[in-house]
Amino acid sequence: MFAMCADPKALEGLAWMLCYLTSGTHMLFYASFGTVLGLLAVTAPAALLLGFLGALAARSPVAPLRWIGRTYAAIVRGVPDVVFFLFVPIALDQGIEWLRSRVLCDPSVPVRQGNEFVVCAAAKMPLSTSPEWVHDLYGIALAVAAFAFVFGAFAANVLYGAMGAVPRAQLETAEAYGMTPRQIDRRILIPQMWTYALPGLSNLWMILIKATPLLFLLGVEDIVYWARELGGSKTSTYAYPHGDWRVWYFLALLGFYLGMTWVSQRIIDRMAARLSRGQATMAGEAIRKAGTTA
Amino acid sequence: MNQCLQTIADYGLRSIGIGERLLPRTDFTLCQQFTLIGSGLIWNLYFVALSLTFGFVLANGLALAKASRNPWLRCPANGFIFVFRGSPLFIQFFLAYSALVLLPRDGVQLFGLSLSTGWLTRAWAGALIVLTLNTAAYSAEIFHGALMNVPKGDLEAADAYGMTGWKRFRRIVWPTMMRLAWPAYTNEAIFLFHATTLVFFSAFPAIQQMGDSLYYASYFADKTFNPFVAYPIVAGYFILLTLCLIGLFGVVNRRLNRHLPGAAKPLRYRPNLFR
Repeated sequence: MFAMCADPKALEGLAWMLCYLTSGTHMLFYASFGTVLGLLAVTAPAALLLGFLGALAARSPVAPLRWIGRTYAAIVRGVPDVVFFLFVPIALDQGIEWLRSRVLCDPSVPVRQGNEFVVCAAAKMPLSTSPEWVHDLYGIALAVAAFAFVFGAFAANVLYGAMGAVPRAQLETAEAYGMTPRQIDRRILIPQMWTYALPGLSNLWMILIKATPLLFLLGVEDIVYWARELGGSKTSTYAYPHGDWRVWYFLALLGFYLGMTWVSQRIIDRMAARLSRGQATMAGEAIRKAGTTA
Repeated sequence: MNQCLQTIADYGLRSIGIGERLLPRTDFTLCQQFTLIGSGLIWNLYFVALSLTFGFVLANGLALAKASRNPWLRCPANGFIFVFRGSPLFIQFFLAYSALVLLPRDGVQLFGLSLSTGWLTRAWAGALIVLTLNTAAYSAEIFHGALMNVPKGDLEAADAYGMTGWKRFRRIVWPTMMRLAWPAYTNEAIFLFHATTLVFFSAFPAIQQMGDSLYYASYFADKTFNPFVAYPIVAGYFILLTLCLIGLFGVVNRRLNRHLPGAAKPLRYRPNLFR
């Protein structure tokens, strides 16, 4: 990066450190923080949407839909999330390839041959001819699907509870005004449920942040991957030889996550105050009182 | 059937190194998968039982320290809880492992005694320490919340009886604190149980393929390219054991609430995994 870094062997002290921390692989390490933040940015809305659909399904008057919604929420809660992180990507990948193989390949050839899962080249996902970044992106997309699946179930729980917590009288009033069920959902239920959902959702956000290092298990080159790669001891054949520095890299990751959760907590506290405004809850009452005396 | 019994004899204790040394490589039967994955559960149970026990004691101390007026007690407790609750368990495992590996190989000399350190990098000790500290932090937060919610009337009644200090704490404050904290603590125990599956997927190596249930499940899934058998088996085992855990905690809950009329409601099955 800097001109002086051309010959790392000649460097010492601070200059060495500066060059070391700006080397090419370190740039990839810093970029992987972006991967984590990007995953959070994509997963959180996806999980919320899935949770929303799950909660609506669990409240649906149609029995099969209700069963699906409730089973979805119940199963994911009872099983370690790691199991799903390992299961969903493979299952999804094989499901996609199986569907494609039924269309694109000879359907008479079975996909499972003993211990092998074989599809013809045309049905591979992504195609073996496609460039490297498509493979990476596909891997990340599968990871996002796994995260959204697990956290969608958690969110479905929270939102289902929150919908139940909206005072019944509010909904009855809406009925008395002659609103249709759909209007009630849209105008009364959903705007009011957020204050009840926020504690659960903020908890969920914290868990989601703390689940992001599990990306490593899915084979994504994330921050844990790079921390292990860069921290491992390097012999003098490398440009920047050093001992086993993994502990420092993981300390940095620890600091990163502590910062993330700390900042999130501050923002959540503000949102809670904002959402409590005008609500018939204790917090809302406290805000109202503070407003009138001031 | 007999073949399956033989498999159980061979692999039932494989996860702790007893029985057949080589794992099955081809022609996996359902029996083999059930046996090996079940054998791995020994580790999950070991981790959850010991870390819950040690963590419980530590969490009580931390909760009291957090509630203390003395800043020398309060600030370290707050810091400890913040660090362990604010960072991922996965990273804690990696950090602990990479720090423990740095300890000198041939032991530490302390007051003329030579303490060996190699065992600390093994999962049974290293991961147990991390899990204990982690659950202690989460439980301390739960216990602290319960401690703050002990009814004022209880304390006044204790004062009226002339109870002070340790006696008041042991007979009034602590039982009420436990009673209030128990439902949340049950959730924490379930979460911890589920978190034990992370041990062999983080830094700690499974020496001689002695791993936990998820380790064997992923072994089968990798070998057969079929995730639809091994992972549901783990899931089934975990749901069963989670129900047992809830039953166990429900017994304690009933005992804690036995003096309250109509409070012996069973704990609801709501392992909603929120810490």
